[in-house]
Amino acid sequence: MTLSAQDATEQRQKKHVRDRWLLSAPALILIIAASVGPLLIVVLYSFLAPGSYGDVKWEFSTEGWFNVLFTRDIFDDTVSLADAHFSIFWRSIKLAFATTVFCLIFGFPTAYFIATRAPHNRSLWLFLITIPFWTNMLIRTFAIQEVIRSEGIINTLLMKIGIISAPIQMMFTDFAIMLGMTYVFLPLMVLPLYASLEKLDFRLIEAGYDLYASRFGVLWRIIIPLVKPGIIAGSILVFVPALSSYVVPRVLGGGKNLMVGNLIELQFGQGRNWPLGAALSVTLVIIVLFAMLYYVRNASKSGGSAHG
Amino acid sequence: MHGIKKWFGTFQAVDDVTLEIRSNEFFTLLGPSGCGKTTLLRMIAGFELPTEGQVLLDGTDISRLLPNQRPVNTVFQNYALFPHLTVAENIGFGLKMLGKPKSEIDSVVKDMLKLVHLEGRGNNPVTQLSGGQQQRVALARALAPRPKVLLLDEPLSALDLKLRKSMQMELKRLQLETGITFVFVTHDQEEALTMSDRIAVMSTGTVRQVGSPWDIYDRPAERFVADFIGETNFLEADVVSVSGDRARVRLSSGAEISATYPDGVTPKGKVTIVVRPEHARLGPPGSGVLEGVLDDIVYLGTDNHFHVKVDGGGTFIVRQQNAKSGPCGFSEQERVSIAINDDVAQILRD
Ligand SMILES: Nc1ncnc2c1ncn2[C@@H]1O[C@H](COP(=O)(O)OP(=O)(O)O)[C@@H](O)[C@H]1O
Ligand SMILES: [Mg+2]
Repeated sequence: MTLSAQDATEQRQKKHVRDRWLLSAPALILIIAASVGPLLIVVLYSFLAPGSYGDVKWEFSTEGWFNVLFTRDIFDDTVSLADAHFSIFWRSIKLAFATTVFCLIFGFPTAYFIATRAPHNRSLWLFLITIPFWTNMLIRTFAIQEVIRSEGIINTLLMKIGIISAPIQMMFTDFAIMLGMTYVFLPLMVLPLYASLEKLDFRLIEAGYDLYASRFGVLWRIIIPLVKPGIIAGSILVFVPALSSYVVPRVLGGGKNLMVGNLIELQFGQGRNWPLGAALSVTLVIIVLFAMLYYVRNASKSGGSAHG
Repeated sequence: MHGIKKWFGTFQAVDDVTLEIRSNEFFTLLGPSGCGKTTLLRMIAGFELPTEGQVLLDGTDISRLLPNQRPVNTVFQNYALFPHLTVAENIGFGLKMLGKPKSEIDSVVKDMLKLVHLEGRGNNPVTQLSGGQQQRVALARALAPRPKVLLLDEPLSALDLKLRKSMQMELKRLQLETGITFVFVTHDQEEALTMSDRIAVMSTGTVRQVGSPWDIYDRPAERFVADFIGETNFLEADVVSVSGDRARVRLSSGAEISATYPDGVTPKGKVTIVVRPEHARLGPPGSGVLEGVLDDIVYLGTDNHFHVKVDGGGTFIVRQQNAKSGPCGFSEQERVSIAINDDVAQILRD
């Protein structure tokens, strides 16, 4: 190749690279403006000092981060671990995890049911699944409250029949929060699962039965491995918003059963400690990130060895 | 199989099929697409339940058993290999589900890989194999649990011609080596004739004739069978006399020839007979049983097809091998006579 030809190729490559950047610019701008930018602001705030009436004072401080992990006694300034924060984070993780599992348990049969309907009926079922999305989440949460509160439908019914004599306390429990979150986030699990199941070649299931697999064997060794991308996507879509859930624990958990979302809100509201709120938010983002990394890594690993 | 009927709603896909498939044979279901071959096969496998009738295996009724309870395996048309498993895991799947110990699975898988010439490919993902290799994995997977019956639904239709030819030989070899009963479905008559011990010719949900490839080709019982398999001449004739398994029939030209007839038929009156093109010879006028004008000569390399306009109506095709090189000795529009070999004509059931 002559030198000038080489130059020309190089030029073309450069132009190619430039074109690619130009073409992806709108997406990049959107991502930066809507996602990276706000996150950076939150990170910045977490390193500032709290203002007296909310807001921040523009001076560097690690107090926010310090407060995530430790509390200072109001009277003698002794430092101790911030137990409340730890337990709220831990509770949130447990609840979000349980919600994900319940969504999977209820969502999988639902998605399977839809995927096995005749093609022209499937859109109707999908449409039904998305109906709850049409209503504001707050309203849906209040609807759940109507079902489970002490004078609610379930308790009234059970008492009428005579199975129980006093109402079961369901409101303001972890059960209520989990129920609410499962209900609210279920479609987020069903839709990606359906997308995976719909692509599943049902002849593979026949092949499984033909080769002596039981129903469970077919489910475990054929269907689940093949729809794993949908399971992963659905779990992430449920786990992430469940972990940072705010409305559901606020309404169904009452003031006592806080989740991280409420804790953060508290710092920006009554607490008037924006840096602490920002630091807690960043902590949450980091936890989600690590959880996702761990989960995706593990899920794809077991994809290669679960059937050795 | 006994009196199998299958309705899909109001549509009857299989109508009163009774078939006996012998053990260790290569049995083929042959018929045009949509005639119910797959449906029949799926009822043997257990994916469909017969609306009426029974499927018997060694005398026991298996028609209500689930697919995983039948010692029958299927090679699917599109192979249906498990894409998330390796070649070895695919082949070992059946044995694993049967709860066989790992050592046994490993050794069977190894044997199977050897049997289908895929040694050393055990750890490859199946998605990286070529069509022919996937086909062989599908075969090995279905053979590994040593089923009593192996069902194959048009397994070669996705392969190109050359590969198909070699897989035909391969299948026949596997059947002989394993001694497993093969039930093979195809719409390709040549494939059926090459590989089968016996063939069942199907049309619109019914079995029209069962027999060896020779029976099917040389002794077709009815027009559909004769027409579907190979090229054929149909002639109108009158039965003159019947003695033993032969009948004398008079052709439209007045000449008489002897013809065989199918079981269960008493030939009388007007009948249709079939004569294969290669069973007739062309000669100078007056030498044969049918006279006519040579309308067209089609040169096919190995042989010539002579289209003869027979006096009194109809076209008769004669096929003659080009044993010598050089011109065939006939020219178009020439008057010729057609001679029919002995014992080649067959009377059809009406
Ligand atoms: N599940 C089904 N529901 C309705 N009709 C079917 C079904 N399966 C097959 N058929 C019909 O039964 C007939 C025979 O089909 P099939 O057995 O697949 O034929 P072949 O394999 O000989 O081509 C076809 O007309 C087909 O449309
Ligand atoms: Mg078919």
